Amino acid sequence: MNILVCISNVPDTTTKITFTDNNTQFNASGVQFIINPWDEIALARAIELTDGGNGAVTVIHVGEAANEPTIRKALAIGATDAVRVNAKAHDAWFVAMQIAAYVKHHSFDLILTGQESIDYNGAKVAAMLGEILDMPSVSIIKKLDIDGNAGIVEREIEGGKEVLTIPWPFVVGTAEGVAEPKIPNMRGIMSARTKPLTVIEPVEVTSTSEIIGYETPAPRGQVKLVSTDETTRLVELLHTESKVI
Amino acid sequence: MSVLVYAENAAGKFKKSVFETVSYARAIAEQNNTTLTAISIGDVGEDTLAALGNYGAQKILTVANDKLKNFVNQAYASVIAKAAEAESADVIVISNSFSGRGLAPRVAVKLGAGIAEGAVSLPDQTNGKFIVKKTAFSGKAFAMVELTSKVKVIAVTANTYKVADNPTGVKAQDFAVETKESDFSAMLKEIAKSADKVSLTDAEIVVSGGRGLKGPENWPMIEQLADLLGAATACSKPVSDSGWRPHSEHVGQTGIAVSPNLYIAIGISGAIQHLAGISASKVIVVINKDADAPFFKVADYGIVGDAFDVVPKLIDAVKAYKASA
Repeated sequence: MNILVCISNVPDTTTKITFTDNNTQFNASGVQFIINPWDEIALARAIELTDGGNGAVTVIHVGEAANEPTIRKALAIGATDAVRVNAKAHDAWFVAMQIAAYVKHHSFDLILTGQESIDYNGAKVAAMLGEILDMPSVSIIKKLDIDGNAGIVEREIEGGKEVLTIPWPFVVGTAEGVAEPKIPNMRGIMSARTKPLTVIEPVEVTSTSEIIGYETPAPRGQVKLVSTDETTRLVELLHTESKVI
Repeated sequence: MSVLVYAENAAGKFKKSVFETVSYARAIAEQNNTTLTAISIGDVGEDTLAALGNYGAQKILTVANDKLKNFVNQAYASVIAKAAEAESADVIVISNSFSGRGLAPRVAVKLGAGIAEGAVSLPDQTNGKFIVKKTAFSGKAFAMVELTSKVKVIAVTANTYKVADNPTGVKAQDFAVETKESDFSAMLKEIAKSADKVSLTDAEIVVSGGRGLKGPENWPMIEQLADLLGAATACSKPVSDSGWRPHSEHVGQTGIAVSPNLYIAIGISGAIQHLAGISASKVIVVINKDADAPFFKVADYGIVGDAFDVVPKLIDAVKAYKASA
């Protein structure tokens, strides 16, 4: 079984987010970049499913050469080989088109992405890939098992869950619960240096969206403290002052 | 030109968030001096469908096709794209729900449309542009996204746009559409609903517990407070990682992002990853015994005290309030 895992390079979860150039550019100075945490779950599950010589895991990343440490980390965790599309990830549409162009010339049984990236939170690449490649897709899944040539997928719905059976090939976006992220061991780190990392050039894509600026959430006022014996007053404030109950 | 809104049903009913989405779509139709068409797919009763007219839908399409009874994003996307073409819609609005997030990008690809998902305000169309504000960096910021394509798809975040009454009195009409077999390869095996629980993403009030609660055996008081308030329960990452609560309750940067009217955090210190997932809450109450907990810096109301002392008192206060209301 051949699995493609799409990974993105995102600011570490502890990053304080700031912007420059009149709030039009993300301020990457001093920011530590990591594999998107949801993509790490996808990667961990792909490695589990191909364990014991049962196939290969290719990771693909759309980004510039500066992001290669993130790709090497994925190889250290256990991916077989890697592909980098040499272009800045303009938006989800651009990324999905690049990955789809690669998939069309290769053969994968499963394509995994994280449910969304923690920077732009679009949750779009999995469904876009499904549409471009004319494959089924499920966007936010909690469980992924294989049964013959089909996947058994559990997805979250408001107040419940659904279980679906999907024949290969298909695309899924993984959420928490699919697998525990794996930490690379020393052997993995050593072997990652020599695993193949192929760089390919991007295909041309007509852009449909641009980010033209950012805002940070408005700061909240000073916290209003009440004592442990004033819970009745708190309830009153929530009713009369902030009108939320 | 028109605006098309997809009205997602849950077991034949529309949730409040759907009426928010319809109201939002109607406001765009008014911006554009055009009309709003709503489309419903699946088994929804006539009276329920007519409710879409209460929030400004001037035409209601329903697709009553046995094959489309259950949600399959591939097939539903085909139907919505066909309706968009039939209605000459240039803006398509969908709820940014679990299903909506798997659906909207497919609709956008079919229509060659730019997409803004997680929208939190109406588009700004000054100077002929089309700019949508959306959440980014997991709630730590907002991004202004300009859609430059002719057709645009917007997926709206629940609880960010108010339901607006705007009755049109129209009745639903059938929309005939052909389906193709290859759209149905994903097959629904099983659907499980946690029936009596308020779902986290729809909830107007969320009661959330952290490590300060010491163990899963202490959750009954969180659940009791939530029940009294008609709230959903949630938790911090360490709590779901320890298996005290399911992952589906984990709120934060790598869990679920919520935007309730009221978020009550009990025994949660307020790590930056947790705050990211809850920053869109309108009012935040923090109960923590550590007065220096970072959560107090972003709270509207706070009680410095032990959860085991404060929560029972708060339960009594809510009971007394409900008895008097």
